[in-house]
Amino acid sequence: MPASKTTSVAKTMSISNTLRSALVAASLGAATAVMLAAVVLPGWAQNAAPATAVSIDNFTFGPQSLTVKAGTTVTWTNKDDIPHGIGSSNNAFAKSKALDTDDSYSFTFTAPGTYQYFCYLHPHMTGTIVVESTNG
Amino acid sequence: MSSSDRDDGVNRRKVLECMTWVGTGVLWTVSGGVPHSLGLMGEAQAQEARGLTFLQISDSHVGFDKPANPNALGTLEEGIAKVIALPKKPSFMIHTGDISHLSLESQFDDADRIIGQSRLDVHYVPGEHDFLDPDQKFYRDRYGRGTKGAGWYSFDANGVHFIGLVNVLNLKAGGLGFLGDDQLAWLEDDLKGRSASTPIVVFAHIPLWTIYPEWGWGTDDSAQALSYLKRFGSVTVLNGHIHQVMQKVEGNVTFHTARSTAFPQPAPGSAPSPGPMKVPDGELRKMLGIADVTFKQNEQRLAIIDSPLQG
Repeated sequence: MPASKTTSVAKTMSISNTLRSALVAASLGAATAVMLAAVVLPGWAQNAAPATAVSIDNFTFGPQSLTVKAGTTVTWTNKDDIPHGIGSSNNAFAKSKALDTDDSYSFTFTAPGTYQYFCYLHPHMTGTIVVESTNG
Repeated sequence: MSSSDRDDGVNRRKVLECMTWVGTGVLWTVSGGVPHSLGLMGEAQAQEARGLTFLQISDSHVGFDKPANPNALGTLEEGIAKVIALPKKPSFMIHTGDISHLSLESQFDDADRIIGQSRLDVHYVPGEHDFLDPDQKFYRDRYGRGTKGAGWYSFDANGVHFIGLVNVLNLKAGGLGFLGDDQLAWLEDDLKGRSASTPIVVFAHIPLWTIYPEWGWGTDDSAQALSYLKRFGSVTVLNGHIHQVMQKVEGNVTFHTARSTAFPQPAPGSAPSPGPMKVPDGELRKMLGIADVTFKQNEQRLAIIDSPLQG
């Protein structure tokens, strides 16, 4: 029954064509969306990606208190000519190694809460990371 | 001095206190004045034979290479050269900590090699820079033999009792230096039964008196340690950490902090922070140095002479 075989093959091909067309349209749309995002993103990023960095200058954490959303990676960078080390006041996160000038330490805060920390070499230096829930 | 002091006759301590007061103007000088040797004229020479001289060096920070001093190992070597050149060889050396800058093995190796050139016994206590290796074992492996806990210990020399304390570990957020209950209990026990006429020398890295808490220059629980020392007629406390000479006399206790051999730090409150202080190249070696400490039999206070590397 060659006719029926041909018909079913043709049907399959046409579905594939439709599907292929749909896929092409979708990818074009996606590319457009990406292009649009690339143009719009910088301004959007400034509003939606808050500071995640703490600088260590003159034995002071700046900002001394930083508020971030849960899931944010905070990075401390030492700008002093002397090493500093980041330690959690209640062992809520692992302490950093000793950070020499221009060294950095990063930690991703997944659980909401208030995290007091200090420099374990110079404990009079203290700071806070406030982690807010993403559901709030 | 009132006339009643002279009438007292054998009131040596009063006389020494008066002489100390006369010399206090020099002792209090922070900018590098050299204190004069304390003691009764004439008698000082007679006592010299039964004396003890040792050195205090501190804060060598081997491995430091920032603008304040790109060659901390070199200036340490200059300090040791001064030691070698001393006309009278001291009995031993005390290092009040921050031997290395980052607790790297190579830094400890270099420090040992240079300090070893002095061919003197050295008694160490650690600084906060000496416990930065991940397992905190390099300091203890090298210098901790025969010590207790984090590295405290005592020994005797020429009738003087020496006590090395560790106040740079388990520091609390917002706090200063810290001795801890275990160490305080050991100290109380170590002093028990010793005659009050035994001269005591206590050495630790962070100052055991409160110099400037805003910069962490003090020890939270040192008051308790000092209370155990109160009954002794002569107590000398030697510290480092602040990289400048400071002295204070309080009753029977003389406190002294030594210069660093690596880099100077600013006077309290005179800069935004206590970090390394860059000075003109020609001035650096006037702000680095070692200290010579002499105990003379029957003298209440030890004579401390701070010598800069230059000038």
